[in-house]
Amino acid sequence: MLGYIVRRLLGAIPTLFIIVAATFFMMRLAPGGPFDGERRLPPEIERNIKAAYNLDKPVYEQFGIYVGNILTKGDFGPSFKNKDFSVSELIMLGAPVSLKLGLMAMTLAVFIGSFLGVTAALRQNTPTDYSVMSIAMVGITIPTFVTAPFLTLILGVYLGWLPVAGYGDGAARNMILPVVVLALPQIAIISRLVRGSMIEVLRSNFIRTARAKGLTDAQVVWRHALRAGLLPLVSYLGPAIAGLVTGSLVVEQIFGLPGIGRYFVQGALNRDYTLVMGVVILYATLIIVLNLIADVMYRVLDPRVRLG
Amino acid sequence: MPEPILQIQDLNVRFKTPDGIVHAVKGATFDIAKGEVVGVVGESGSGKSQMFMAAVGLLSGNGEATGSVKFKGQELIGAPQKLLRTIRGSKASVIFQDPLTSLTPHMKVGQQIVEILTTHKNIGQADAERRALDMLELVRIPEAKRRMQQYPHELSGGMRQRVMIAMATACDPDLLIADEPTTALDVTVQAQVLEIMRDLTRELGTAIALISHDMGVIASMCDRVQVMRYGEFVEAGPVDDIFYAPRHDYTRMLLDAVPRLDQPDKPGHPVLPPIENWWERETLIDVQDVKVHFPIRMSGGLFGKTKPLKAVNGVSFELKKGETLGIVGESGCGKSTLARAVLQLVEPRQGAVVWLGKKDLMKTRGNELRKMRREFQIVFQDPLASLDPRMPIGKSIAEPLITQEPHLAASEVRDRVKDMMKRVGLDPAWINRYPHEFSGGQNQRVGIARAMIVRPQLVICDEAVSALDVSIQRQIVDLLMKLQAEFGMSMMFISHDLSVVRQISHRIMVLYLGRIVELADREEIYENPLHPYTRGLISAVPLPDPKLERSRTRIKLHGDLPSPLDSRAALTFLKSKVIDDPDAEQYVPQLVEAMPGHFVAEHDPV
Repeated sequence: MLGYIVRRLLGAIPTLFIIVAATFFMMRLAPGGPFDGERRLPPEIERNIKAAYNLDKPVYEQFGIYVGNILTKGDFGPSFKNKDFSVSELIMLGAPVSLKLGLMAMTLAVFIGSFLGVTAALRQNTPTDYSVMSIAMVGITIPTFVTAPFLTLILGVYLGWLPVAGYGDGAARNMILPVVVLALPQIAIISRLVRGSMIEVLRSNFIRTARAKGLTDAQVVWRHALRAGLLPLVSYLGPAIAGLVTGSLVVEQIFGLPGIGRYFVQGALNRDYTLVMGVVILYATLIIVLNLIADVMYRVLDPRVRLG
Repeated sequence: MPEPILQIQDLNVRFKTPDGIVHAVKGATFDIAKGEVVGVVGESGSGKSQMFMAAVGLLSGNGEATGSVKFKGQELIGAPQKLLRTIRGSKASVIFQDPLTSLTPHMKVGQQIVEILTTHKNIGQADAERRALDMLELVRIPEAKRRMQQYPHELSGGMRQRVMIAMATACDPDLLIADEPTTALDVTVQAQVLEIMRDLTRELGTAIALISHDMGVIASMCDRVQVMRYGEFVEAGPVDDIFYAPRHDYTRMLLDAVPRLDQPDKPGHPVLPPIENWWERETLIDVQDVKVHFPIRMSGGLFGKTKPLKAVNGVSFELKKGETLGIVGESGCGKSTLARAVLQLVEPRQGAVVWLGKKDLMKTRGNELRKMRREFQIVFQDPLASLDPRMPIGKSIAEPLITQEPHLAASEVRDRVKDMMKRVGLDPAWINRYPHEFSGGQNQRVGIARAMIVRPQLVICDEAVSALDVSIQRQIVDLLMKLQAEFGMSMMFISHDLSVVRQISHRIMVLYLGRIVELADREEIYENPLHPYTRGLISAVPLPDPKLERSRTRIKLHGDLPSPLDSRAALTFLKSKVIDDPDAEQYVPQLVEAMPGHFVAEHDPV
């Protein structure tokens, strides 16, 4: 198992390198640069700025310097647009907020989604099943930029129970609405996923054996069915968590949360090369690590799986 | 008559399906007495399993049972689940067919036995564990203590089924419902499992309802037999009456269809014409020292390491024109891999397959090999799964022909397809139907037509009849023999069922862990088997003859097939030459011609 993890992490190095290189060169290929504005800068100032950020050197040399700085100093460079901030500082500011928001939403979604999915599967083709599944369908189709203002209007404005926006240093009151809005579509997806796999598991031979042993329905579900039924969820969670914790632009914007979702968009629009690179590296690393965790979890849940 | 354990009275089972109501069991009535073994035979879909599922309340959601099932006087139909739960697993337990999928994959086998004890008996975890260990030892599982901590997938098929038996009998049930308990197992393992079940009934006085389609198993186990067809009993009686004086046509047909190891050529069926002057005939393929070694990744070390799995390890034989060579062996012996190596369908392979004394197929590549493929075709095991479900059968049959002879006009192709359909016993009017509209036997006819349409010189049947009911099996075997008489092709007939192989093959080859242990004429190998493995294999086959079964003494092969990754395993029958190191390069037993045409691998004296 340990050998497998080390092997996978070593295998991730070329993957990361390719992602970094592809992003780096593609960004340079896009027209415009960080210091192109409506008004052209005087040539000598432009030259100075470019020299300061190494933009006057050939692109491959810039790439070498960038990668070299990361490897030797762990330095992701200064942000081109947010003056006096390095990329690392910006990410360290925003990441905890996004991480907290994403993990809370995912935890909520896993519990509620699995519960709904299992319930629907156990009552397959009954009104309970149909209503859970139709609500889930609605949950998937309505985008967050609709649910967010809607819930804010009711719970924040009319009822005045919750603040309509703001981070409030992560106070529970401030987190409820964004977490719920972010969790809703995930609940819908997870409940459908779990329902499908549970129905399949409940039809399998070993469930028939468990019932033939005279176990109660609860024992059959908890001991025999649940673990197998939740397996597909594990493979889904890896990339899904990575997506959520690297910031959900819409939710962070609507609720005015200082997460990293906005850096991605701002960085790309402003040609803030280093900031985009930093976010991409963070996202890629998260995906790789979370997928590895998902695979290991899979192995823990299903002893038949061989890691190799 | 001793007291009845189970009394079934006018039991009806119906399923609601999208195509209407299916009446699966129609008014079944019979009893099982204490300590009695009652066989229920019938072909797939006869309702034999559903009858018992209904009895213990395990029908699927769309099923409904009416009538009466009394267990020790207590009515079970319509009884609350709570009552059924106290009976299921404790007083009446079930052994299912496929032990791999029937055990919970993520639970240690020990715990699965413990669970049934803690549910029904008022005992604690420690006592239950002790009892579970006793049970595993009772069903003769080696190293029972270690096995308790293993997961089902870590055990062999035979051991899994023994775990199932241990689980089912842990609470000393009065009735054991065994639903095709040995169908998924090799014959040698089947013999061991049946023996365990027999001993258990004798020691514990458990009554057994044995559901099976295998007349040999029924003959060797049962006191009474119920014959079932289309949800009804057509005949019932003591086992000797059923086998020696069957009254119903269906019973007679079943018995006639059953292949018998001791009677290969039955009256009323095509007789295999002998191959005259074997030595002078033209050799179709000359297989020389074929090896297929798969690299298997082992855990350990940072990057792991690989070990070769020697699936086929140096097999040589000749196949003459018009000859059928039977290949038998237990699962994992390499028989299918050998077939695929001959057909150039598996990598990596070594050795030579010389076609008609000229061309080595192993060295033929690309387009040339593709063109030659018209000469060698294959028929697979699962008829439905090996046909494209979205393609009408006519198109499936035509595909090899169109590939090999692209110049043919569409009308010509159609005529050839229809002609071939007629020859394999399919109505040419069905040319546009889809595989799901047909039964397994009909689909296998489609598979045979697809193989035969290009008039190949070699057809390999890889377990081609194993998934079919006996009566259908017999028809397909008859069909293959008829086609051989017509077209004169050579065949390699691969099967784990020795009786079927004997019906159809001129010569028979026994494989053990990738090597030939014996190769001889079909009469010779059954009448005078020289290798201990062949003897054990033949002895393990149950015969559909109750009196013979009762008087037979079996030669037992102990334990399971050893791991092919252990190089010592290949020398199981030549222990005197083993080097005691699992990775060592071991001695290779030579194939000796003991009598003209009868080859046997070196082995220790028996």
